[in-house]
Amino acid sequence: MSTVAATLRTNATNLTRLLPRWAWGIGFLALALLYPSILDQLLASPDDLLDASIQTLAYIIMALGLNIVVGFAGLLDLGYVAFFAIGAFVMGWLGSQQFPNVSGGHGIHILTPIKSAFGSDLPGIHINFFLVIFIAAAFTAIWGVILGAPTLRLRGDYLAIVTLAFGEIVPRVFENSTSGIFGIGHTNFSNGRQGITPIDKINLPWTNETFKYPLELKPVYYVGLGMVLLVVFFNRRLRDSRLGRAWIAVREDEVAAAAMGVNLVRTKLWAYAIGAALGGFAGVFLATYNNTVNVDQFEFGFSVFILSMVIIGGMGNIWGVILGAVALSLFNRYGLKQLNGVPDKIGLHFDLTAVNYGIFGFFLLVMMVLRPEGFIPSGRRKLELHESEIDESDHIGTESDHQLYEVRQG
Amino acid sequence: MSDAYDGGAVSSTAAEAHGTVDAETGGILLEASNLSKVFGGLVAVNDVTFRVPHRGIVSLIGPNGAGKTTFFNCMTGLYRPTTGRVMFDGKDITAKRPDLVTRAGVARTFQNIKLFRTMTAIENVQVGMHARLRSRVTGMVLRTPYVRREEREAREKARELLRFVGLKRHDELAMSLPYGDQRRLEIARALGSDPKLLLLDEPTAGMNPQESEELRKLMETLRSERGISVLLIEHDMKVVMNVSDHITVLDHGEKIAEGSPKEVRENPRVVEAYLGSQA
Repeated sequence: MSTVAATLRTNATNLTRLLPRWAWGIGFLALALLYPSILDQLLASPDDLLDASIQTLAYIIMALGLNIVVGFAGLLDLGYVAFFAIGAFVMGWLGSQQFPNVSGGHGIHILTPIKSAFGSDLPGIHINFFLVIFIAAAFTAIWGVILGAPTLRLRGDYLAIVTLAFGEIVPRVFENSTSGIFGIGHTNFSNGRQGITPIDKINLPWTNETFKYPLELKPVYYVGLGMVLLVVFFNRRLRDSRLGRAWIAVREDEVAAAAMGVNLVRTKLWAYAIGAALGGFAGVFLATYNNTVNVDQFEFGFSVFILSMVIIGGMGNIWGVILGAVALSLFNRYGLKQLNGVPDKIGLHFDLTAVNYGIFGFFLLVMMVLRPEGFIPSGRRKLELHESEIDESDHIGTESDHQLYEVRQG
Repeated sequence: MSDAYDGGAVSSTAAEAHGTVDAETGGILLEASNLSKVFGGLVAVNDVTFRVPHRGIVSLIGPNGAGKTTFFNCMTGLYRPTTGRVMFDGKDITAKRPDLVTRAGVARTFQNIKLFRTMTAIENVQVGMHARLRSRVTGMVLRTPYVRREEREAREKARELLRFVGLKRHDELAMSLPYGDQRRLEIARALGSDPKLLLLDEPTAGMNPQESEELRKLMETLRSERGISVLLIEHDMKVVMNVSDHITVLDHGEKIAEGSPKEVRENPRVVEAYLGSQA
């Protein structure tokens, strides 16, 4: 078993060494750029797969955001869906007719078409998508700090439970904000369970021509791809920086990191803020792409879905996380359908898609047994998980002595 | 016995050298006054007053459980002292956060090695420099010329520090280094923050006599070349007696003796604490 794995690993390493690093990067980039055209050539009706791919791009952004919190800084966050929700609602507020009475019913328009198809003024706030993504990222970053701050003293299981609760609270707050938010005012922020719909389509800032998805998917694919590339760039730069080192130091040993001059509060809050910002970033994209912002989207299961991408792909490794996101997203869309006949055949009558999170859980278990470091692990994670195989000798109290220190963060 | 005599001789010259410097710089670098730490009903450190002069090498000794490490932790902000005050370089650092204490110029190592195990030696030292680096998040993302230069200089300085402590394998992961090298790496990492005072918690534990001797020389170089004061917790009496110009002895959380190595060695209370009462 382990020899097979070892052979596979050496083969994979040889394969990656076949070409220099930049060549791989350019190759993947070219593939991503040509992808819609390739689909056109290969498939009679490419739209379904292209649609799945566009959703996947958004999941990649979220998985990369969660990877900063979980993979780099080591803070287990089970409520990541909260930031998807906040980002999506920002798009709902700033790009729909949700607030029809602003500026006397004439609406606010920033770099978006002013007139509706019928020639009358569009009511509501309409801000260009490319501005909203950054507004939403900043707004969710602030909420990342607000929700992260109370959890700073927690570790491991306790942190997971509190973040899980936040992931549940945030969608409920939106759901109940039909007459003011937090009991302030009487504005309808969410339409309750109905959600906000329709959402403005993306338009380039210099034209009034909006994109025509879901009829025409290519332009929105390229917007999504551009966002992914920006996020990958951002992640790589941060990983190799002073902050990236501090994240890993905090993950490894909080006490030592603090004693080396790392401000634990600031370092962790940056992880929360940037992770949250990327969740909001993707949330805006999904809101306009799905044409709706609906609290039903923001379930606990979604947090687990994204977390599974991070874990299965390889925590802490950017390419691994991307692979995990692609694999799980496409499996969720196509793999489950393939398996759907299986329960009937063996005489069980239930809908397999209804237990899809159970299936992800099963995958997680299988991964934990066979390859706990994920498909493409970060070098560090792999070492951590296989440490016992490498040396067991001088492992002197790295975990157990945590309670000996009352590391103060306030 | 002749060993100990030599030790006394070395330390007295060290004390003389330090005395002259002391006169120049005018005195105390760190002063902990009436420091106590109580855990529930246990008084771990009881009303200890303690000084480290500029460019001094001073030691804190005592039997196991005497409260030495607790005292260290109180000074570096890992514990909040129950009572008492810690002044460092004219600033009050009592109960300050550990990262602020480090920023003020106190760096430390740990008794049970606490390296960042999955980072390379050089990355460990770079984390040690964290407080001295100034790049901001926007700068890191845009990788401005300033950030580039700072990172390059940090790497160079990290290599220089690793050479200084005698570590050759700079790109090896901390966890795969041999024990003695891990100890050295901890010192290099602590030096990364440009400290004025270095706190070493049992640095020679697990080292062979030759390595201990190298470490002793390293401490003297730190003082003579870099002007760094050293506060040492140590069980290896040979190292302590050779290197220290002042020794403080703790037992059951209380200061039972202090003075030059010679005075301490002859103090009956110290002998009693270590060997038990003769009566």
